[in-house]
Amino acid sequence: MENNPSLFKNLSFKIGKIASNYTPLLILLLTIVLFSFIAPNFTTFNNLRLMVRQISFVTISAVGLMFVMVAGGIDLSIGSQIIFTNIVLSLMMSSTYGYGIDPFIAIPVCIAMGTILGMVNGVLSNTLKVHPLIITLGTSYIYKGLGYIIAGGRNIDGLPDTFRVYGQGYVGPIPVPIIIMITVAIIGAYFLHNTNFGSRVFAMGGNQDAAHLVGINIKRMKVVVFAIGGFASGITSVLLLSRVFNGQVTTGAGIEFDGLTAALLGGVSFAGGEGTILGLITGVMIIGVLNNGMQLFGLQDFYQNLIKGALLLAAVGYDIYQKNKRAKETVAKVAG
Amino acid sequence: MEYAVEMKGISKSFGGVQALRDVHLELKLGEIMGIVGDNGAGKSTLMKILSGAYQADKGEIYIFGKQAQIHNPLDAFRQGISMIYQDLALFNNLDVARNIFVGRELVRGPLRITLDKKGMYRRAEELIKDLRVDIKSPRMNVARMSGGQRQMVACARAIAFKSKIMILDEPTAALGVTEANKLLGLIKNMKDLGLSILLITQRIPDILAIADRVFVLKGGVRQDILNVRDTTLDDVVTLIVKGKDRNREMAEDIKYQSFG
Repeated sequence: MENNPSLFKNLSFKIGKIASNYTPLLILLLTIVLFSFIAPNFTTFNNLRLMVRQISFVTISAVGLMFVMVAGGIDLSIGSQIIFTNIVLSLMMSSTYGYGIDPFIAIPVCIAMGTILGMVNGVLSNTLKVHPLIITLGTSYIYKGLGYIIAGGRNIDGLPDTFRVYGQGYVGPIPVPIIIMITVAIIGAYFLHNTNFGSRVFAMGGNQDAAHLVGINIKRMKVVVFAIGGFASGITSVLLLSRVFNGQVTTGAGIEFDGLTAALLGGVSFAGGEGTILGLITGVMIIGVLNNGMQLFGLQDFYQNLIKGALLLAAVGYDIYQKNKRAKETVAKVAG
Repeated sequence: MEYAVEMKGISKSFGGVQALRDVHLELKLGEIMGIVGDNGAGKSTLMKILSGAYQADKGEIYIFGKQAQIHNPLDAFRQGISMIYQDLALFNNLDVARNIFVGRELVRGPLRITLDKKGMYRRAEELIKDLRVDIKSPRMNVARMSGGQRQMVACARAIAFKSKIMILDEPTAALGVTEANKLLGLIKNMKDLGLSILLITQRIPDILAIADRVFVLKGGVRQDILNVRDTTLDDVVTLIVKGKDRNREMAEDIKYQSFG
């Protein structure tokens, strides 16, 4: 049989591409296999259900964050948005400290408030013309500060029992947060991958100047993607409060870092324009498996942070490596 | 005569720099007009005003005889104007079909928001065939394409939306001879399809090969419009370098002027 060098080159390119496309999935499978051997009870139904419920909170906010990231932005204020809306929501409903408002009214108000907080990020990003990283770093301090001021050092209890169902309830054997997570992921995937709006989000993240030149209203799009991020954080806030059942200023703190790490692990590009909801969910699951597996294995919190930090850096490094590689190929193609 | 484009008394400055000064331009229906001038002559600025990327400080624009208000690229698109930029304005993260339709995606469903992906790929394939361009599939990622292929994607994009006026900014600048010739052929095809075309270039032979008339700018001021049939390369170069008032200039003023 004759050796054909171009055939081998093509084959190795294809294998490389497949490996690159499925890297997050491979990492997920490896971590699952690893922990099923070393962590006791990891593969039991109860543990897996607990793990998926745990990641559902991060997943919902990460879907919102993904719209911002694909559009070329970043939102570091998601955790603080949750802190703020969580305190406001608990005060609205609390019969002890607040107004005893019905959850059917308080929940939409909380989600609308999250959406507005997100919109503020977009508007500031447009008016101050500063990178969203700085804007949302600033607003994260403001939102968190407002949450602390309103809470006034209290743990807000006295929430109505009917409110438990969102974070603690089940539909059959499936926890409600998981059902909401799946719904949010499906709706998010539809809007991001199958609508003209999603197409423009990808275009904006790929080349903002070009997007402006084809008539996409960049300023409006920025406000909308940040609003989607805020909307998702509003939903997360409702579910977390229902789960914790106590208005605390620590609820949701730092959730954006898990979401960001998951997004990067799942192939969402830090520079924008790339990523899939399926990849994002794979990324969130990697984080979930690691958190859960390391806990069962008996690793202390600071080791967990160490590993998650290293993973975040590895994911960013891999993303930049891929980008540089593609940029070099593009330059070579265009010049040639 | 009705013109495809009339720009009257266009002026534009950036801070203290006067980029354009009372420029008049008339593009006839179905013609190819070359826009030439030295670096900084104002060619791209003038065309960016027509395409809505910039706004003129003064002046009026008429499209097919009617006054047009062009405040942004979408306004220009609505007037049937497409501009293909020197740096191409393509999306490296999207494939050919998505690049062609981005911003004006084909949609379906009752809400008219769901992408008609099949329709977009089918239409993109038809365009590639109609234009006889060297692109294997509408699913190819533009990041992996040559300069010529990328230009062709940009042209296909303009044709997909039935643009009537096309502006090309230095389309052959980064291309080799073969690809440049293919692209010039494509521009001629587009003229045959009924488009009126404005072609900015530093390569005067390109203009003489395919254009009907050539518009010369110097220092932001219109010098002349020449009929290509009655013009030589020397005439155009002289006008670019020395301008129409060259006889009044002293030799020592001229000899230090560069010609890029």
